[in-house]
Amino acid sequence: MQEFAVILISAIFVNNFVLVQFLGLCPFMGVSSKLETAIGMAGATTFVLTIAAMSSYMVNTWILIPLNLEYLKTISFILVIAVVVQFTKMFIEKSSPLLYRVLGVFLPLITTNCAVLGVALQNTTKAHTLSQSTLYGFGAAIGFSLVLILFSAMRERLTVADVPKPFKGAAIAMITAGLMSLAFMGFSGLV
Amino acid sequence: MYDIIIQNPLYSALLALAGLSVIFGGILGYAAIKFKVAGDPIIEQIDSLLPQTQCGQCGYPGCKPYAKAIADGDTINKCPPGGQSTINAIADLLDVDAPNLNSEHGEESDTRTIAYIREDECIGCTKCIQACPVDAILGAAKLMHTVIVSECTGCDLCVDPCPVDCIDMLPVEKGLSDWKWNLPSSVGEQLLPSKPDDIIASDRSGASTR
Amino acid sequence: MRKVWDLIGGIHPPENKHQSVKDSVGVPPLPKKLVIPLNQHIGAPSKIMVSIGDSVLKGQLLAEPKGVVSTGVHAPTSGLISDIGDHSIPHPSGMSAPCITLTPDGKDKWIEHKGLKNYRDQSPDELLIIIRHSGIAGLGGAGFPTAVKLSPEKAISTLILNGTECEPYITSDDMLMREHPEDIVRGIQILSYILGEPREILIGIENNKPEACAALEPHLKNTTTELVTFDTRYPSGGEKQLIQILTGKEVPEKGLPSDIGIACLNVGTAYAIYRAITFGEPLISRITTVTGEACAINRNYETLIGTPISHLLKNSQFNEDICSRLIVGGPMMGFALEDLDAPVIKTTNCILAPSEKEFPSPAPAQACIRCGMCAEACPASLLPQQLLWHAQSKNYEKLETQNLFDCIECGACSYVCPSNIPLVQYYRASKGEMRKQAQEKISSDRARERFEFQKIRKEKELLAKQIQRDVRLKSAAQAKKNSGAEEIIQAAIDRVEATKASPEDQQARSSRRIARAEDQLNSAQEKLNTLKKDATTNQHEQAAAALEDARVRLDEARSIQESSGIKSSPSVEVDPASVAIEKAKAEAVNQANLSSEEKLHNTIQSLTLRLEKSITRLEIAKTEGSENIDVLTTASNKLEEKLAATQAALLKIKT
Repeated sequence: MQEFAVILISAIFVNNFVLVQFLGLCPFMGVSSKLETAIGMAGATTFVLTIAAMSSYMVNTWILIPLNLEYLKTISFILVIAVVVQFTKMFIEKSSPLLYRVLGVFLPLITTNCAVLGVALQNTTKAHTLSQSTLYGFGAAIGFSLVLILFSAMRERLTVADVPKPFKGAAIAMITAGLMSLAFMGFSGLV
Repeated sequence: MYDIIIQNPLYSALLALAGLSVIFGGILGYAAIKFKVAGDPIIEQIDSLLPQTQCGQCGYPGCKPYAKAIADGDTINKCPPGGQSTINAIADLLDVDAPNLNSEHGEESDTRTIAYIREDECIGCTKCIQACPVDAILGAAKLMHTVIVSECTGCDLCVDPCPVDCIDMLPVEKGLSDWKWNLPSSVGEQLLPSKPDDIIASDRSGASTR
Repeated sequence: MRKVWDLIGGIHPPENKHQSVKDSVGVPPLPKKLVIPLNQHIGAPSKIMVSIGDSVLKGQLLAEPKGVVSTGVHAPTSGLISDIGDHSIPHPSGMSAPCITLTPDGKDKWIEHKGLKNYRDQSPDELLIIIRHSGIAGLGGAGFPTAVKLSPEKAISTLILNGTECEPYITSDDMLMREHPEDIVRGIQILSYILGEPREILIGIENNKPEACAALEPHLKNTTTELVTFDTRYPSGGEKQLIQILTGKEVPEKGLPSDIGIACLNVGTAYAIYRAITFGEPLISRITTVTGEACAINRNYETLIGTPISHLLKNSQFNEDICSRLIVGGPMMGFALEDLDAPVIKTTNCILAPSEKEFPSPAPAQACIRCGMCAEACPASLLPQQLLWHAQSKNYEKLETQNLFDCIECGACSYVCPSNIPLVQYYRASKGEMRKQAQEKISSDRARERFEFQKIRKEKELLAKQIQRDVRLKSAAQAKKNSGAEEIIQAAIDRVEATKASPEDQQARSSRRIARAEDQLNSAQEKLNTLKKDATTNQHEQAAAALEDARVRLDEARSIQESSGIKSSPSVEVDPASVAIEKAKAEAVNQANLSSEEKLHNTIQSLTLRLEKSITRLEIAKTEGSENIDVLTTASNKLEEKLAATQAALLKIKT
């Protein structure tokens, strides 16, 4: 029980994938201009991350390792992630066409989200079991969603605020992200 | 067979990857059929933002066709009756940038106009009745035609077909009930010194951007 | 002591009420003209009942209520209607509106009016009719027609009288309560009766009006009405705020107090109701405070509705030079007036003429420093800072989410803002824009509906046309196929039934036919004669052919005349249609009974005739070189074939 809590806290706060490990910055900056879009993206990434962590563990343990094919880790994980993302894309297209249109190209780009591949690979280096892998993926997703939603709420306010002209847009967003990252440094050493 | 696979790494690698691909391909194929999407509800949502004058100034025969065109990728700045506010609303919906109104398709005007038929000159030909997209003209063949003011959207599609040119587009008078407060001038404008020489060149152009 | 809740937020601006309560309520002299706008209330403007040149008496109805949410206007004094038209009104836009201008004759003669001795003899509905026709609207400032307010759908359990008057400078309700406390209490009792005797009746007064409380207390001794005082704070006099202070209940957003069983009226309205029910006096005057340093006299006046504001100001020794701007209403919620000739209307509770020292020009607005003082001051628990950001960026969706329409525009947020941002201006402008957009959405939805319906209608029409076309095609194909005996009979019957004409009509028709044929014969003859002089042989032949044609037609017409003439002689009672049907049947039977030989003979005869005609036509066409040559050639060929076939058949039978 305690180890599950440790994995979760570590994945969400201490080693937050976006602000501490600096993975998955592309959707973090690209989808965070509106709160509704960010929530949609967060949901999609959670789904993808959890499933992908689970399936990549299974592929690794039951196919690659018995056949001494660990060197195919990267390519087969990408294959797994791509399939999961495609599945998610079809599901979202059906259930919420507006979200699908709004997410646009960022939905297939979850495939290249380094956070997803990062989780899959880190699971192998840390030698997690199946449940630990899934939990780690889920925790990473929660951390990503938390930061994404917080950031998008802040960006919405920044859009209508009195930002000086040279800083408007991406510049102030980057500065804000950096400040958030500084804040999350406070968690280091917690676990 | 297992030994062959283990001893021959090339085969095992190819088999593993091929096997995985086949399995995943099957899953995706099944998903593609199960999650088939019919139609595009985004068109309805865009259409609800358009002003429904059915005037055709955007180049499409009505607002629904233009909504469909936008859903297929057409630019969103072609609607003069909707004006900039409609462009902004559609941009907000689709999460794209809001360009300025494309002046090729017409200018946005503040005053609404309503068609008015000069009844003395009307010959009862019903050409304007057929042209009106919202059935706002009352009349029949060889009988008087008149515009129902509350239904007229000001699209001026009836002006051209009239053979005796008896239709005028009159501006709607703005009365007390149409009056509303204006936004106060922004901070930048208020802080501008009264004499233009006092501001430096970079501030002169856009002190009131928000 | 009844429990009172604390007002949320609020501010303490300096009261400045002492200047105008020194004297009792004065009566200004009669002005030279009275301008009575038709729309002094929320709802539809009143409908004019008088014309220019009419002489009216005091209290006479000038314009009646139009529609449910409306009330009327009455003549404040006797005089002559001198004008009906647009005049400037006290409105922030500075625009004009339709008004009735009355020139007083100085006699101040009342129209015949009578109150009710005992209002309890009437039903509440009848009292409401009296109130509606007495022109009573909310005198607290909103001007909602009182008769509508007093007929809510839900039962009222608490009646609240608003004597708070929280805005600085205004003292009109204070003076009313001091001078007419008994009438107000009686008015409250009438209100209570109309609303079905609510459980609680409360009068809410701020504790800065001890004299008013003292004046009202003795008259409340034998009533169930309770006088509740509470700490002075602006804007505790707002309807929703007062309800919250006295009862702790909140009016739901976009809702009315009647939704929670509460009715809140101004004490001035209660007084007006008293006078209307008891004496039959319509609303023709109200107490208006004239104050500010630019007026030497600060006082309350019993002002006739329609008095030009300039008249009141002159009476108060107004000094235009030291006045920074003239305000109708109070310093927080009033608006500046340009044209001083605008009249006092039912909702004008104060005319404020401040000096430059009192009301300096507003400092320029600076950037928002996000201090949050505006949110602390807001009595409606809104977030003015967020509303500002969204109003500036025109984000109407977010404004809706932040409940912009719950803002009562009290001005507390602008008052406390350290950057002098005119917050309420942003909210007013955004509200106007949102209302306009909602209107446009309604009309564009309607236009879309009509367009869709038109599309469906056009498609239906097209479909109907297509179906008709198909039906016609089918019946034509059918007709071609059928040639048996029964079909001949049936076709004949159908033909006759389709043309059920009376014998007279038939007679007339056949005589017309004959006449026409004779005409044609004559003209053909003439043509031939004229041609004889100088024409080619071809033309001769043409004319001769035409002549022949005409002769044949004439013969046909004559034969028809004979056959129908025979049948028209029997008794008139016989249905001509059935007669014709009989005839057709008989002919058909004859036809059927004819031996096949005779049938073929007949056919050959008719075919030969037709062939001759067709050949003639073909010749004519050949000489003219007309386009129909091909058609005529085919026709002639077909006829020749038919003739040959029939002849062959005849031959076969014979052998």
